Amino acid sequence: MRRFLFRGLWCALLLSIALGAQAQTGSSTASDEDAQALLEALDVGSYHDKGEAITAILQSDDERARDWLQALLDGRLQRTEEGRFVVVLNNIGRNWPVADALTEEPLGEMSRRDLDRIGINNALRNQLRSAIAVVDLYSPRVERRRLSAERLLGEVDGDLAGLLDTLISEEDDLQVRQRLTQALAIYQTENGELEGVETLKGSLHPRARVALNRAANGDDPIVADAARSALASIEQNLKLNRGVETLYFGLSLGSVLVLAAIGLAITFGVMGVINMAHGELIMLGAYTTWMMQQLLPGQPGLALLLSIPAGFLVAALVGIAIERGVIQFLKGRPLETLLATFGVSLILQQLVRTVISPLNRTVVTPEWMSGSLIINDALSLTLNRMVVLGFALFVFVGLMLIMRRTRLGLEVRAVTQNRAMARAMGIRATRVDILTFALGSGVAGLAGVALSQLTNVGPNLGQNYIIDSFMVVVFGGVGNLWGTLVAGLSLGVINQLLEPWAGAVLAKIIVLVFIILFIQKRPRGLFPQKGRAAEG
Amino acid sequence: MPNANSASRFWLTRPFGERATQIFLGVLLAALIIVTVLHVAVPRGHALHVNAYTVNLFGKYLSYALLAVAVDLVWGYLGILSLGHGAFFAIGGYAMGMYLMRQIGDRGTYGHPVLPDFMVFLNWESLPWYWHGFDMAWFAFAMVLLAPGLLALVFGFLAFRSRVTGVYLSIITQALTFALMLAFFRNEMGFGGNNGLTDFREILGFNLRSSDTRLGLFLASGVALALGYILCRAIVTSKLGRVCVATRDAEARTRFIGYRVERFQLFVFVVSAMLAGVAGALYVPQVGIINPSEFSPLFSIEIVLWVALGGRATLYGAVIGAILVNYAKTVFTGVMPDAWLFALGALFVLVTVFLPKGVAGLLRHLRRRSSSTSPGEATA
Repeated sequence: MRRFLFRGLWCALLLSIALGAQAQTGSSTASDEDAQALLEALDVGSYHDKGEAITAILQSDDERARDWLQALLDGRLQRTEEGRFVVVLNNIGRNWPVADALTEEPLGEMSRRDLDRIGINNALRNQLRSAIAVVDLYSPRVERRRLSAERLLGEVDGDLAGLLDTLISEEDDLQVRQRLTQALAIYQTENGELEGVETLKGSLHPRARVALNRAANGDDPIVADAARSALASIEQNLKLNRGVETLYFGLSLGSVLVLAAIGLAITFGVMGVINMAHGELIMLGAYTTWMMQQLLPGQPGLALLLSIPAGFLVAALVGIAIERGVIQFLKGRPLETLLATFGVSLILQQLVRTVISPLNRTVVTPEWMSGSLIINDALSLTLNRMVVLGFALFVFVGLMLIMRRTRLGLEVRAVTQNRAMARAMGIRATRVDILTFALGSGVAGLAGVALSQLTNVGPNLGQNYIIDSFMVVVFGGVGNLWGTLVAGLSLGVINQLLEPWAGAVLAKIIVLVFIILFIQKRPRGLFPQKGRAAEG
Repeated sequence: MPNANSASRFWLTRPFGERATQIFLGVLLAALIIVTVLHVAVPRGHALHVNAYTVNLFGKYLSYALLAVAVDLVWGYLGILSLGHGAFFAIGGYAMGMYLMRQIGDRGTYGHPVLPDFMVFLNWESLPWYWHGFDMAWFAFAMVLLAPGLLALVFGFLAFRSRVTGVYLSIITQALTFALMLAFFRNEMGFGGNNGLTDFREILGFNLRSSDTRLGLFLASGVALALGYILCRAIVTSKLGRVCVATRDAEARTRFIGYRVERFQLFVFVVSAMLAGVAGALYVPQVGIINPSEFSPLFSIEIVLWVALGGRATLYGAVIGAILVNYAKTVFTGVMPDAWLFALGALFVLVTVFLPKGVAGLLRHLRRRSSSTSPGEATA
């Protein structure tokens, strides 16, 4: 009974603040003595009295009220031994930086032992949350209003519902308005009103589905029917969104495969050199990113951008070393090249294990790459995957231009098609070999830089991609960059499509078996080379 | 050399007329006898005594040698670089492991009369269909040959029919073993998942932990190696073997002459897979465990290194290579475990760049130098 009474009082109060806030545009600032008194009232034993003190703070209309309440909710509103109220800015470690609650001036660090926390219980916590949400709805800052409206979904009660109508009509921001409309509609649906059900038809938020489910099982047959049909249309919509999500993940996985394989498409496809150390060149690219971030602490974004050229360079140089040190002696003996470069891959792996560490290293994702792009309540696309997808396409286009539009590309194609004739025309074949191999290796380094944003960076990173990369090149057709792109992306999507019903491992096995069978049918891949080059 | 003994008509006995085979078999027999005598007759504690652990280690090397011979048969004489022979080896091993598992009977940790421990652990109700029959030795031993043979038959049929050769074949054999590794890691496959099959007790009624059984397995590996070697030698010296070498050197030309190249390739590939299966079956009781790591691409490519180091297309070179590399591995991993991968990697590079004919080629070169009077050495 008492609880009920308290609740009623509470709602009346919310309404009054709301009206007050509407009436006055600028909030007032109480004098320091008044403010101190308001806070003093919080430091009492009884939770009931604390609740009333909170009410008093809200009614005081002080512009610092929200910060106080937030600090109280987080347990950061504390009292010093001399009775001053402070807000703890960061409660990690032994000594905490604090600021005066009244003046907001920073007071330096204080030992946690000298501070006394103002405790709250769960009931107060709930009250504080909805109080802050309502206060926030009047905040001049759009982000705060958005967050607050988001939090209100499914939390609206009768008193607030009355308030929402006016709020919706006065809100300028479309997003906040939609959220508030949804929040109101959820409340209406829960109360069995047809109007709410109609509004929720297009909503994908899980809270809306909960409310509709309840309405579908309700007593009113008309509302229940409407709710059921709304649910069906939502289900349809969700399925579509899930499809888009699978496609996105598939393309993302595919872009990783393309990045890993496209360097191989150059060294294997164009030059005919089997480089089993390709995976380790990818790994070196990833480690370059890690190293750059160690060199530039606190600037992960800059380090990442710098590691794009750095990763390319490191991998290209190692590639040149492999070409000069091993591969040039094994020209025309592809199987031996395979074995020798495999030996190089073992050495590189063990080198990283010995010099750096056998354990995985963490590469930080810069802020502009973390988080996700929220399309709607059921679909959000992670930004880092999107950046990698874009990067893969960028690298592909770049390589395409190099091969098609530059002197180097022309020479590479000439040497590939007829080495003797190209040399007779004055092309220095050895130099072209070195440059081609450096290019392919450098692209592997780029793949490593991109991969460091998606997976763990460890000595085995390359090993995990080498078989997949070969599969992509073979599937797409050797010597064909377009084939590599199409093969990589489609293998990624196929893998993601299979995963839900087969599981990750089985999906991978199915894809491998599929490629093995595919090669039987089309031994030269999706896009076989035509003409003289095919006879090679 | 092969021309010197065309007197022997029957293809299987023809290798006995060859000098290299005679030397090889002689050395192998001597090694078997010496190790046995030193193990049995020399008392324990004596400097020359070979303990059970070493006998076991030698037995392991011999099964690896048989595997290397199988790889050399396809790589050396057929030109097919299989990066997936570890798969056939492991399948043979699993067939043997399943037999040994069934022999445990109700002496497992959970004491179930039929189901192996890991199935009880996974709450399986009954034996999967493909586990039936493995309680009988003859069935299991037949499977050691048939299971890898069947896989090689299906895979080879598909690959050779559509003329997948060279590097492509190498890569898809690697994908094959990789896919199998992933599959065998799954518990649902019913082969013990990650842990594989282990905790074996006895084979054909002999206790696997007794040193006599170990000696027996060592000798069995030696005999199997000798038989495998003779079989391979017989194949490569036969007319069929000549066609194989022709295929290796000029596939298109051989086809134009009128040979159905893919049939020869398929036959030899299947024989090689079966030999690898036997090697696996001998290996498993000696190490006491079989798990999916035998399917790893690294292991398969390592086998190729043994053959490359020993010398391609000689068969005895494969045996030398397998024993050398594995001895080095035992020593290295004991003394400096970190350095082993460096050494292995360097070996890959050095052998392919500087020693393309392997140790066997080196030996031959030295012999030719010392006696320049005897030309006409086989260069295949």
